[in-house]
Amino acid sequence: MSAPTIQAQRPVLGWTIHDALIIARSTITASFRIPEALFFQLIQPVIFVLLFAFVFGGAIPIPGAEPGSEADASLYRQYLMPGIFGQTVAFAAAASTVGLAEAMQRGIIDRYRALPMSQPAVLIGNTFANAIRQILVLTVLSITGYIVGWRINDGILNAILAYLLLLLFAYTVTWVGAFVGLSVPNTETANTAGLIWIFPLTFLSNAFVPITALPTWLQYFAAFNPISALVQATRELFGNPTGAPTDFWTLNNAALYTVISCVVVIAIFAPLAVRKYRTAASK
Amino acid sequence: MTDYAVEAQGLVKEFGDVKALNGIDLVVPRGKVVGLLGPNGSGKTTTVRILATLLKATAGSAKVNGFDVKSQSDDVRRSIGLTGQYAAVDEFLTGRENLTMFGGLFHLDKKYVAERSDELLGKFDLTDAADRPAKTYSGGMRRRLDLAASLIAKPGILFLDEPTTGLDPRSRIGLWNVIAELVAEGTTVLLTTQYLDEADQLADDIVVIDHGQVIAHGTSSQLKDQIGGDRLEITLDDEAQSPNAVTALASVVSGEATTSGANYSAPVAGGSPVLIEAVRALDSQNIGVADIGLRRPTLDDVFLTLTGHGAEDQRPESPEPSRRGRRGGRR
Repeated sequence: MSAPTIQAQRPVLGWTIHDALIIARSTITASFRIPEALFFQLIQPVIFVLLFAFVFGGAIPIPGAEPGSEADASLYRQYLMPGIFGQTVAFAAAASTVGLAEAMQRGIIDRYRALPMSQPAVLIGNTFANAIRQILVLTVLSITGYIVGWRINDGILNAILAYLLLLLFAYTVTWVGAFVGLSVPNTETANTAGLIWIFPLTFLSNAFVPITALPTWLQYFAAFNPISALVQATRELFGNPTGAPTDFWTLNNAALYTVISCVVVIAIFAPLAVRKYRTAASK
Repeated sequence: MTDYAVEAQGLVKEFGDVKALNGIDLVVPRGKVVGLLGPNGSGKTTTVRILATLLKATAGSAKVNGFDVKSQSDDVRRSIGLTGQYAAVDEFLTGRENLTMFGGLFHLDKKYVAERSDELLGKFDLTDAADRPAKTYSGGMRRRLDLAASLIAKPGILFLDEPTTGLDPRSRIGLWNVIAELVAEGTTVLLTTQYLDEADQLADDIVVIDHGQVIAHGTSSQLKDQIGGDRLEITLDDEAQSPNAVTALASVVSGEATTSGANYSAPVAGGSPVLIEAVRALDSQNIGVADIGLRRPTLDDVFLTLTGHGAEDQRPESPEPSRRGRRGGRR
């Protein structure tokens, strides 16, 4: 057999994209080989929808309807769904954390690092694949929402913008997740560390409760929490109820603040994660 | 281009306060197999990781295929294949998908990768399993796939870091055959192992390291000569006869005999004639023999002599020459 044929040279960025796509494709293919894991990843947000819609629904008043009335419960479901969307994409970070911690522990990262490939591509591909996987999750979630009475009320174009915003956010948090995954000593820690920061972040927001229902000092935290802005923006774009108006700039310019937050977080965590990746010794 | 595939000088690696390597010098001539032999934690893997550009040495320098591991790491990576202690393949991808992925990441041409994958899958006896996820593979199959993945770009130099650790004996021998074949085709191999028989079997040259330092190097027989010649080993029919055997053989052997139960062992000078003399001497005293043979010292013995401890770390057994080394003892 002949000597290995190398592809034509490309600029560095070209190789980075080429390599990242290979990693992304492999990651996505691999995730479909574990249908059980995929199933539970899909079922978790569905359970959240049902819990909040039917258990807490009546207990959280939304301005615009008589508390406790049927109209109130229906309104809450409209209000709730964007919150669940926001929470779900935030949890995408955990998949990155666990995935990279596992790859590290099993020595695959070592193999990548000994290849003449673009090294950031491993992380770019991995985070990209995790964000793409969210398309499936959001689809299942939207159908569940539709069944319990959630509706897209403001046109398809705005709805697409809402979904894109959610995917951008998913991609952003997977960089944070990647950084955590490369920093923890083993997969067992990754399972907990991957989730621990997401819970307070999603609950200290307007995802499930109107921000005005929180104590004042928490309102400030929640208002600057990018998840609040994301949820606020998606509520507006889907034409769902947004709760009482507030004075916070971040919530009055929710889509803009979400995009700014995403850019800032990626600008901080992507270089951190790449650096961690380069220096990480396999454990 | 130098004659050496790998040249390392004075490699030092510190992890915080721990000095993992303390000045390792190492050369691997092209086309040869060098075995890096040492117990767990002796610095074998650290050495390989530095040579494979995964770690940066605290001090010292190294060239692989003529390229500096620090300043020309991409050229080094193009020259080498690396198989680590774990089978580093994606277990949810099939064997073929794994090879395709690694070929792509090597920036190889798609058509070449497809042909090369088929060739490697066939060679490593994985054709039937090629389209099953690697998760379903046995340990031996995964290691073979791992090795195939590191060979996709036909590297001239192969680093094998404990390639058979954790494999059952049959898979080990299977992997040894594969490695021997690669060497016959001209691949240079740097192999780390804590198994003495593995180094004995595969390596032209053996470098023994302990506590981050080279404590001996040479061919397998040179190392064995370093601790003396053959030993006469006998298992007696009757344990009680052991003192008689010592007396009967006193004029045959060349040094002090040691006995333990029915086992007798003593150094001898000269080859097979000694064995005949020994049998005659025992026969004339009516001492029954269950087993008798000459044994060359094994690398186990070498290791014990050089380091004062066995090759497998903290082995609690007494420093008796191991009976496992008996294989092929009668020459």
